[in-house]
Amino acid sequence: MTAHVTISLDVNGERVDAQVLPRLNLADFLREHLQLTGTHVGCEHGVCGACTVRVNGDIVRSCLMLAVQAQNASVVTIEGLSDSGEIADLQAAFRDRNALQCGFCTPGMLMAAQDLLRLEAEPDREQIREHLSGNYCRCTGYQAIIDAVETTARTRMGRTL
Amino acid sequence: MTAPKNSDGLSVLDRPNSYIGKTVPRPNLDRLMQGRGLYVSDMELPRMANIVFLRSPHAHAKIIEINADAAKRLPGVIAVVTGKELAAVITPWVGVLSHLKGLKSAPQHAIAIDRVCWQGEAVAAIVATNRAVAEDAAELVHVTYQELDAVTDMQAALDPATPVIHPSLGDNLAFERNFDAGAVDQAFADSDAVVEADFIFGRHTGVTLEPRAVVADWNVAEARLTIYQGTQAPHMVQNLAALHLGLEEAQVRVVCKDVGGSFGIKVHIYADEMATYALAKLLRRPIKFVADRVESFNTDIHARDHRCWGKIGVKRDGTITAFEIDDLTGIGPYSMYPRTSAIEANQVVNLIGGPYTSKNYRARARVVFQNKNVMCQYRAVGHPIACSVTEELVDLAAMKIGMDPVEIRRRNLIPDSGYPCAAPSGLRFELLSHHASLNKLIGMMDYDALRAEQATLRAKNIHRGIGIASFIEVTNPSAAFYGVGGAKISSQDGVAMRMDATGSIICQTSITEQGQGSESLTAQIVGSVLGVSMQRVRVILGDTDNTPYGGGTWASRGAGIGGEAALQAAKILRKNILEVAAVILQSSPAELDIADNAIVNANDGTSRIELKELARIVYFRPDTLPPGIQPELMATRHFVPREYPFAFTNGVQASWLEVDTDTGFIKLLKHWVVEDCGTIINPQLVDEQIRGGVVQGLGAALFEKCIYDDRGQLTNANMADYLVPMSCEMPDIDVGHVVSPTSETELGAKGAGEAGTAGAAAAVANAVNDALRPFGATITEIPLTPQVVLTALGRI
Repeated sequence: MTAHVTISLDVNGERVDAQVLPRLNLADFLREHLQLTGTHVGCEHGVCGACTVRVNGDIVRSCLMLAVQAQNASVVTIEGLSDSGEIADLQAAFRDRNALQCGFCTPGMLMAAQDLLRLEAEPDREQIREHLSGNYCRCTGYQAIIDAVETTARTRMGRTL
Repeated sequence: MTAPKNSDGLSVLDRPNSYIGKTVPRPNLDRLMQGRGLYVSDMELPRMANIVFLRSPHAHAKIIEINADAAKRLPGVIAVVTGKELAAVITPWVGVLSHLKGLKSAPQHAIAIDRVCWQGEAVAAIVATNRAVAEDAAELVHVTYQELDAVTDMQAALDPATPVIHPSLGDNLAFERNFDAGAVDQAFADSDAVVEADFIFGRHTGVTLEPRAVVADWNVAEARLTIYQGTQAPHMVQNLAALHLGLEEAQVRVVCKDVGGSFGIKVHIYADEMATYALAKLLRRPIKFVADRVESFNTDIHARDHRCWGKIGVKRDGTITAFEIDDLTGIGPYSMYPRTSAIEANQVVNLIGGPYTSKNYRARARVVFQNKNVMCQYRAVGHPIACSVTEELVDLAAMKIGMDPVEIRRRNLIPDSGYPCAAPSGLRFELLSHHASLNKLIGMMDYDALRAEQATLRAKNIHRGIGIASFIEVTNPSAAFYGVGGAKISSQDGVAMRMDATGSIICQTSITEQGQGSESLTAQIVGSVLGVSMQRVRVILGDTDNTPYGGGTWASRGAGIGGEAALQAAKILRKNILEVAAVILQSSPAELDIADNAIVNANDGTSRIELKELARIVYFRPDTLPPGIQPELMATRHFVPREYPFAFTNGVQASWLEVDTDTGFIKLLKHWVVEDCGTIINPQLVDEQIRGGVVQGLGAALFEKCIYDDRGQLTNANMADYLVPMSCEMPDIDVGHVVSPTSETELGAKGAGEAGTAGAAAAVANAVNDALRPFGATITEIPLTPQVVLTALGRI
C-alpha cells in the first residue's frame, strides 16, 4: 500500500498537520480526519455541489480534490464561514425565507451563494440561478434560495426590497 | 370551520398571540446552516466498522461460488459475510398486504442467496475498519455467476413464453385489480366524441441528496440494538428489525436525527439496511452503512414505471361521460417491504377522474415482476400518473370538441356545493373546492392575457403553451392505508408534553422531521394553545425510546394527524396548569387564562403569576399547596382519523412554457398552483412544500428517467447522466390557497406535501401539447426530452 504523506494546511484559520494517504480526497479529509462534518458528500463525483468549500479564495468541489493537493492551502469550510460572521446576513435571509428544508445542500449552497455575492454585488435572479446551478437542492424547488440570495445582495447594497 | 369555541368565543387556534396561520421561522435552523447538524452519515461510534456491499453486475443470475479468501486477508477487514451466513441471524420477508387481494411476492433475503434478481442486489457484505479498506477488499471477492435471462419489458413479462422470475409464484403477475362502475359502454356509445391514448411514464427515483444511511449498534451485554437511521417511520423500523432479528420490540431503539431528504425513499426497509442491523448483531459492534450514489440509483426504490391506456367520452356540450383505463406497471423482482409495490397501481385506479362528476368508470391495473430495481412508493404515490392520464384525456376531449380547456373543466368539476360526495371508485370527499381554486388560478395567471400573448407570438413563430391540471390528493391516511392489510405501520400519532421547572414546555411527538417543518408546526400549535412563546417549546422527535408510538411523517400526515394530537395534548396540559394556578391564586380555572408565558385574568388579561413561578412552586415547594392537590404538568394525547379513511385535498396547477420546435427544448416560463389543504398552520412552510413538490414533478416531466437496457442494466446510474432540475432551468412558482378545513379535527388541517408533485407533470404535458397544436402533434409520454419532442414533430 502507498505510504502516508505529510500535509500542512490552514483550515478555518487553524494550522493543521496530518498524515494522509495520497488517495484521500479533501471532503473525506475534512469530514473524517478533522470531524468537520458540515461539508457534505452527496455524489462523490463533482456534480451535486454539497461538498463545496473555499480553497485559497475560490470555491471547489472537495470531493474532486485530493487532500494532498491542499498542501499549504487555506481552506474555509461552512463551520469557518459561520464562525467568522462573514455570512451571518445570508444565513438570516435563508432562515427568514425558509430557503432550506432538509439542510443537506445548504452548506454548499451558502458557499456558492457567498462566492457569487463576492464576485457580483447585485446579481439579478437569472445570474443567481445560473451561479447556483451546480448545487442541487431536492427539497425547496430553488425559488426560496434565489429569493434569500437576492434579498441579501440588496441589503448589502444598502437597500431593502 | 367547526372547531369548538371557548367561553371567550375564540377557538383554541385564534387566541391572542396565536402562531396559527403565521409565517414564523422554523426553530433550530442555525444548526443546519452552520454545518452543525447530525446526519447519520456524520456519525461515528467507538469500535464502529463500515460496510461495503458487493453488488451483482447482472440483472438475473445464479450465484455459483463466492470466494472471499483474498479479501479476508486484507489488513483492516473484519469480516466478509454472504447471504447464507447472514440468514443465521435474520429471517426473510414477503412484501404483501391482505387488503390488496391476490398480491403475491417471493421471500426476499437481506443478502441474496443462490440467485440475484436485479443489477445492484447485494451478494456479500464486506466489513472493515474503514470504508476505503472495505472497498479495496470488495475488489478481491470473486463471485462466479451463471447469467439467466432477464425479464425487463413489462408487457413481455406477462407473455407465457417469458421465463417466470419466481417459479413458485406461477407467473410474473404480482397483482391485478379490475374495477367497473356505472354503465361505461353505454356512456361511450352515447358520447359525441371518444378519445383514447397510450400514456408512457419514465421510471424515476427520489435522489435524496443524502443517500440512505444506517448505523446499527448491538450492545451484547444489554441485549439491545440501537439503530440510527435517516427514516421517516422509526416505529415501523423498530417493529420490523425486532421481528426479523428475533428480538422483542423493547430490545430495539430507533433514533432518527437529521435526514438529508426523504420524499418517500426513506419510508421503506431495504435489504441492505436489514443486513446492517443483522451484521451489528452478528459481529457485536457498531456497523455503519452509507450508500454511495451509484448504489442509491441501483437500490433506492424507483417509481412510476407505468404504461397506461386511457379513454374518455364527451358530449358536444362538454359533459364528460366516462373514463376507462388499462394500467401496466413493472415493480422489479420483489414487492417492497412492508408497504408493498401494489399501492401505486391501486392509487392510480382510485384517483383517475377524481375531480370530475362523471360516474362511469372502468379500470384495470396490472403489476408485474421484472429484473430491475424494486419499485415502490415515492412522493405523491400514483397521483402523477392518475392526474396526467385524467387531465391529458380531458384536454384531448376538449380539443376534439373545440372547447377551451378551462371551460371543459368548469363544466365537469364537482361543484363546490356538492359535498360530501364520493368518487366512482368509492373514495369519499368531505369538502373540496375545485371551482374556487380554478377561479383563483385563472385570476392569478391572467388567463385571457396569456392566451392573447400566445396568439401574438404564434404569428412570430414562437410557440408557447398553457397547461391546466386539476387534481385531488390523498392526505391524513387512517388505518385504511396499511393497518387493515396487516402491516404494523401505525396510522395514529401521539404527543406527550410537560412543563419543566422553569415554565418551558418539552414536547415529544411521534411524527418525524426531514425538513418539512414538523418541529415548527408542533411548536406553533403547542405555543398557541398554551399561551407560551414558541421559543419556550422544545420539540423532540425521531426516537422510539423518547416519543409516543406513532406513524411518522409520510403520506402528507404530519400536520393533520400529529398536529391534532399536539393540539389535544396541549388543551389537557392547559387545563391542568389552570387548575394548579387557580389553587395558587385562590381563583377558579374559568377566571384564568395563559398568555405570554404567564397566568392572566381571563376577563382583562392582567398578569397574575408567571409560568416559571408556578413551576417553581409545583416542583420545589409543593408543601405550600393545599393537601390533596397533586399537580399533573404533563399530558399525552393520540389521534387518528376515524370518520374519513383519507382527508382529500384538491387544487389546480398551470404551466406556461415555450417549446423550441427546432431543438425540442422546453423552457418553463412560469408555474402557478392553487391548493386547498384546509387550515394553514404556517403559510410559508405550506408554500415551500408546494414549490418543492412542483419541482420534483417538473423533474419527472422533463428530465428524470432511469434508463435500462434490454439486459436489465441501468445505464445512467450517476448524477451526471440522470438529470434532475437545477436552479437555472426552474421557473418561479406562484402559490395561492383556498381554505376548506376538515371538520374531523379541531385543527382542520389536511396535508400539503404531495400536491405539488401530483399535478406538475400533467400541467406541463398539457402546455406542451397546447404549444404544439399548430403542428398537429400530441405527446403522451414523459419525460418530455428534446428527442421525444422532435420525434413527435417528425423532425427526427
